[in-house]
Amino acid sequence: MSDEFVLKTEDLTKHYGGVHALEGANFELKKGEHVAIMGDNGAGKSTFVRQITGVEQRTRGKISLYGEEVEFGGPLDAREAGIETVFQTLALADDLDVPDNLFLGREMTYWNWLGPFRFLDYKGMRQATIDGLNKTAVKIPNIRNTIRNMSGGQRQCVAIARTATFHSRLTIMDEPTAALGVQETAQVENIVRQLKEQGEPLILVSHNMRQVFDLVDRIVVFRRGRICANLDIKSGDYTGEDVVSYITGAKTGEEYMEHAL
Amino acid sequence: MSDTTPNPVVDERIKAEPLISRLMKRPELGAIAGVVLVTAFFLITADSAMFTTAGIINFLTPAAQLGILAIGAAMLMIGGEFDLSIGSMVAFAGLFFGICVMVWGFPLIVAIPLTFVFAAFVGAINGMIVIRSGLPSFIVTLAFLFILRGLSLVGLKWASGGSTQLRGVRDATENDWLAPFFSGDAFPGLFAWLAEKGLVETFKNGTPKVSGMPVEILWFVVLALVATYILLRTPAGNWIFAAGGDSNAASNSGVPVNRIKISLFMVTACCAALVAIITVIDAGSTDARRGFQKEFEAIIAAVIGGCLLTGGYGSAIGAFFGSIIFGMVVIGLTYTDFDQDWFQVFLGGMLLIAVLFNNAIRKRVTGER
Repeated sequence: MSDEFVLKTEDLTKHYGGVHALEGANFELKKGEHVAIMGDNGAGKSTFVRQITGVEQRTRGKISLYGEEVEFGGPLDAREAGIETVFQTLALADDLDVPDNLFLGREMTYWNWLGPFRFLDYKGMRQATIDGLNKTAVKIPNIRNTIRNMSGGQRQCVAIARTATFHSRLTIMDEPTAALGVQETAQVENIVRQLKEQGEPLILVSHNMRQVFDLVDRIVVFRRGRICANLDIKSGDYTGEDVVSYITGAKTGEEYMEHAL
Repeated sequence: MSDTTPNPVVDERIKAEPLISRLMKRPELGAIAGVVLVTAFFLITADSAMFTTAGIINFLTPAAQLGILAIGAAMLMIGGEFDLSIGSMVAFAGLFFGICVMVWGFPLIVAIPLTFVFAAFVGAINGMIVIRSGLPSFIVTLAFLFILRGLSLVGLKWASGGSTQLRGVRDATENDWLAPFFSGDAFPGLFAWLAEKGLVETFKNGTPKVSGMPVEILWFVVLALVATYILLRTPAGNWIFAAGGDSNAASNSGVPVNRIKISLFMVTACCAALVAIITVIDAGSTDARRGFQKEFEAIIAAVIGGCLLTGGYGSAIGAFFGSIIFGMVVIGLTYTDFDQDWFQVFLGGMLLIAVLFNNAIRKRVTGER
């Protein structure tokens, strides 16, 4: 049964001109599993994320979601298929309020025959926003405020609330706490734990060793565009130091030896 | 976290804000305050004739011509781009329209749509270059400011056999059924009726001093309403704000940023074409100097109306009032004892005060750091 996997990539590759940013990545994510992607800057983490969220078009390789092969023309396709992404740079518009941001690009509307000039359903969007916020226990001030007035943590929470609002089938967070303070980071981590309890699958890109060991089941390490280790950290066999040595290239996972650089 | 049921008590996230503080957050606040201020100023200094029906229409007419441009410019600025070529575009679209009517002899039903298509095409070129090259739109459209102005001169000389004016448009369009939509006064019957009732001033023989509402004012109001509706009530409006605020974030969210921006360039160019058509039919001629420096006046009106140069913030209603301020200052000075030459000083001062005011208010009410 292939559909025990939420996400599966085979030979996923991305070249930017002559630069091989991502090379033959075989990645699997099981149902309810939380996986961290780690690696140095330029190791291909964000490139990997951009391929599976449809922001960029891969050079070659296959992506399947719940056992079905998928082909995303753009980020909206990926979101429609149920992949919600919290980006490193926040994907929020400063001068729109919270519901507008949650629904940006797929607004609830009526009078749809008017095309892009159809009416926005503000009421519906507000209600859905409140429901989504309740689900994640996200605390933010008045949702009618524009995003500009919010702190970094609150903004990130809004971005994360998107995943809850849209019943996502896979959540991807690209360094969600990189720009946040201690308390705000804790808030975001709580939301991640809650997603785990609810059995929502998650891919977390992070540099923060403590956070990764706290939150996820498995670490996949990228190095120079290739996956170089797949570590089941819940087994207790690995320490932070081990992970660091995989990241820096002192060690390579056995199954990845043939491509070791 | 067991408590995931909605809290029955209204929590602060959906708390309704007092009306005042909601209004204070609107970008057009500064422009409305400006209208009040300028009105007060002229009530004190100007001849009382300024605020009669005739006087009001007098200053609304230039305000409307500028305002049509300013609303386009404001939408484009909210979308995060500039168009410095709209002034030249007025001349260039006027030339094209003149050629359609005079050289090719098209009726207005063909000439007007053709002019819009042509203007949209030039706007799309502008937008395409900005998007494809990634250069600031300021530079690209600055180039087009000169290119279009120059082409207007060259084209006019070609079409008119050596002159920089193409005359006779009025004679050619006089009997066209479409002409009343783009020139002259609307609702003459209404004004005659108002005069009968003694509600507007009349000449001694009983005909109203103002024979109707100039059509450009109607276009101006309709455009402001349509633009406001699009900006505030449709997905397209959300996308414009998002594209201007952070185009990277917007495209990550799946907003078609490039399409939005190119469309905005096309809309702005079409606004210029509308002004061109109205002024050419009205004046009966097209002129290479038409629309000179209008790009700056339009941007001034948009900025007085609360638009940020950095994009993502602003309003069409603000640009509407910004243009009215502009019209009041231009025409109002002739009703005062001030020398007309003070106009530019006044305009620059107005711009500065408006921007300072907008900035201060915005920081205060939004608590922005």
